Amino acid sequence: MDGLHIHGVHHAYGDTKVLQGISLTVPAGELVCLLGPSGCGKTTLLRLAAGLERLQAGSIAIDEKVVAGDGVKVLPEHRRVGYMFQDYALFPHLDVTDNIMFGLFRWSGEEAKARTAEVLRQVGLEQHAHKFPHTLSGGQQQRVALARAIAPKPRLVLLDEPFSGLDTNMRVRIREQTLNVLKEAGVATLMVTHDPEEAMYMADRIKGMGEGGNVLQSGRPTEIYYQPVDEYVARLFGPVNEIVTEARGREVKTPFGVVPARDYADGDRVKVLIRPESFSLSNAANGSNSRRVEVSASHLLGDSSLVEFRLADQLDDSENQLFKVQIPGNFDPLDHTRVWIGLAPEDAFVFAGD
Amino acid sequence: MAVPEGLKDGWTISTAIICALAVTPVAAVVYLALTPEPGDDIWSHLVSTVLPDYIITTVGLMIGVGIGTVLIGVSAAWLVTMCRFPGRRIFEWAMLLPMAMPAYVIAYVYTDILEYAGPVQGMLREMFGWQTGRDYWFPEIRSLGGAISMMTLVLYPYVYLLSRAAFLEQSIGVLEASRVLGRGPWHGFFTVALPLARPGIVIGLSLVLMETLNDFGTVDFFAVNTFSLGIFDVWMNMSNVSGAAQLATVLLLFVALLVLSERYARRKQRFHNTSSKYQALPGLRLRGKLGLLAMTICALPVLLGFVLPTWILIEYAVQYFDPLLASEIAGYAWNSIKLSLLAGGLAVVVAIVIAYSVRIRGGQVLTSLSRLASLGYAVPGAVLAVGVMNVLGPLDNSIDAYSRETFGISTGLIFSGTIAAVTFGYLVRFLALSLGTVEAGLGKITPNMDGAARSLGHGALSTMRRVHMPLMRTSVLTAVMLVFVDCMKELPMTTILRPFNFQTLATFVHQYASDEQLGEAALAALSIVGVGILPVILLSYAIARSRPGHGQVMARPRQKNKMSKGSR
Repeated sequence: MDGLHIHGVHHAYGDTKVLQGISLTVPAGELVCLLGPSGCGKTTLLRLAAGLERLQAGSIAIDEKVVAGDGVKVLPEHRRVGYMFQDYALFPHLDVTDNIMFGLFRWSGEEAKARTAEVLRQVGLEQHAHKFPHTLSGGQQQRVALARAIAPKPRLVLLDEPFSGLDTNMRVRIREQTLNVLKEAGVATLMVTHDPEEAMYMADRIKGMGEGGNVLQSGRPTEIYYQPVDEYVARLFGPVNEIVTEARGREVKTPFGVVPARDYADGDRVKVLIRPESFSLSNAANGSNSRRVEVSASHLLGDSSLVEFRLADQLDDSENQLFKVQIPGNFDPLDHTRVWIGLAPEDAFVFAGD
Repeated sequence: MAVPEGLKDGWTISTAIICALAVTPVAAVVYLALTPEPGDDIWSHLVSTVLPDYIITTVGLMIGVGIGTVLIGVSAAWLVTMCRFPGRRIFEWAMLLPMAMPAYVIAYVYTDILEYAGPVQGMLREMFGWQTGRDYWFPEIRSLGGAISMMTLVLYPYVYLLSRAAFLEQSIGVLEASRVLGRGPWHGFFTVALPLARPGIVIGLSLVLMETLNDFGTVDFFAVNTFSLGIFDVWMNMSNVSGAAQLATVLLLFVALLVLSERYARRKQRFHNTSSKYQALPGLRLRGKLGLLAMTICALPVLLGFVLPTWILIEYAVQYFDPLLASEIAGYAWNSIKLSLLAGGLAVVVAIVIAYSVRIRGGQVLTSLSRLASLGYAVPGAVLAVGVMNVLGPLDNSIDAYSRETFGISTGLIFSGTIAAVTFGYLVRFLALSLGTVEAGLGKITPNMDGAARSLGHGALSTMRRVHMPLMRTSVLTAVMLVFVDCMKELPMTTILRPFNFQTLATFVHQYASDEQLGEAALAALSIVGVGILPVILLSYAIARSRPGHGQVMARPRQKNKMSKGSR
């Protein structure tokens, strides 16, 4: 199968192990996203795939051909990999056109010019073709870097935190454009990020990475978001509400109703994790899994609102605990407004307690 | 990353060899001092006779020059960065001009006009009807005080540059906070700005004091008994190498102290840079008398340190112009240029080797080696001269002995007293200049740029040619120029290590001016000053480009390498 195959890769800097037996596949035409905290070895993996770092253990193949491992070491310049660096690494002494042409030196002059014009159009920078990088805005530089990476029609594109240098508004626009360009190119793409929203927007599949430099879970965005395999993966997607309690009769009782205990036995300590956006909020009771609470604060976040309430409950540990609920639209309650909080049982994740 | 695997160990080995070579002269001095020839051991004699005088004079010189340069440098830097007064824009760069003037040149000029037979005293005698020197008091220029004044006038720009940079780097917020808290601007200067700038001032001051210890021409001419002069005296006049080496070792202790205090100041300085963006400084408007005072404070050092001596030299050069002499001087100039270009070129090649091996190989060992290799900038020329002579002499002798034994041919002295010896001395002393500049240039090429070039299909050599060479060109040329200019001005090492009967501009000027023939030497002296202007122009250009508030990188002084060396 075409695309990138990484198998059993270990990597260490001195005594610091950054990758521990990571394996993954990026099929041609798919965009795979490595989601994990900084320092979990994501960038190292990209550098290994590009040949910029010497492989220590394991093997890497591109389009069925081993490029590193098993005694093979293909130099980076022969791998036909497009790499977009976090700092873009544009050549300051070359203008936009020459930056893009840099990788087209084996093409004929006419073809190279045509290809440069084509990618410039794709990223919408036709008017800036002869500007130098330092005169461009952050978003424009990002798009030059993308254009430069895809211009030589690589077999694989690697994106290292491609949107981290951009401000929020710009990020949303550039993200959309980048995705379109990559889909149009139909190339296997491996992207690393620590931003869950970015990962879910861009990726066909997400790999949740742990601190130990291994893949904890892999799946389509909906799978990994709605069915995290453990607490760590659940928390990769942002802060969660947490209730520590016990399983009883294949169920777990929470302030918001009963949720299935999965395979935890009676008396097992369990942790129930609920994303702020999993709660619903209404003015009337809505089924059995809902509860009346008094709102303690509400913050408008733009297109959504973050509502906070406290529960003084009979359940152990949850004394006066603060809960956060994120709901669409503006919610501007009076002080001490009382509302109903609802929870669909399948939106609560039950994992082993400490 | 841009270099084939096989070369990697070659890089490391070359760096190790270069560092070993750079350290040998200093090692030789210390070795000689610790193992004197039985008949040559005059240490106890030195201690009981001249050593106290050398120490007192040297310390006195350092204190005087230190106070003078800090007073002028800091106040000018403060006025130029924080205040607005007529001519401020010009003074911003003009304050640097005296840097082009070697201390020995200014010393000859001022001696010429201020001595008994000079125009100033002559005019005073005429005005007041004095007959002899006994009728009035006039300061003796050829004295410790004179040497302090001369060096202060040409060395203050170091303090000026570094304190200016320090003032610019300060977030204006802290000064505004001081104002809002009800303090006046002057209180803010002494309680906020000055303490924050202290590390920068200390670095500038250490550079000044290193130059002070290095000076030979001025103290020789003024007969001020500093260590540098003492080393020459014991070595040349008493023909006692061990004694000279012992004095040189004591001088090295002074230098070590300076280097350590500079490093210490840098360590602190790092924590002070809270914001990397320069805000537009508001500028305290000085009007009327205050403005005039500010102008005077800035104008005096420039007038006395550059404009007046240059003007006098031009007068003399015109007055004493003689085609025969001019063609003779052209020959010496050509000698200077050859020698300085050779040293500049070599220094840059060596710097490139070191900088790339640190980049490719990295690691603590190579980094320390590269730092060691650039320590020569702190070692006074007189000390290095002793070291170089005593490394090359024995080397020549052993080559000669070996060759006579095996081939029956005497090779004589191969290195000693040749251009190779001078060049070696220059290299050791000025390597820091080229290394710092090359490293700064290389630092602008991020490792990711290498990575980008490689993944775009370019091999190591192509990356070198298409990315590194164009990006490094300016730094390399700058490095050559910096070393070139300093070699043109260098006096103590050139005097001792040059081939017999080989004159350079500097040695010619020193010889003629010492014989009270400044008129004949003026043209040559003016040429040295002219060459010295080059880096000043470069710096001024950088300063003009980096207007506060435009987020540009601050200009670094000539010794930017010295600075960047210690900052890591």
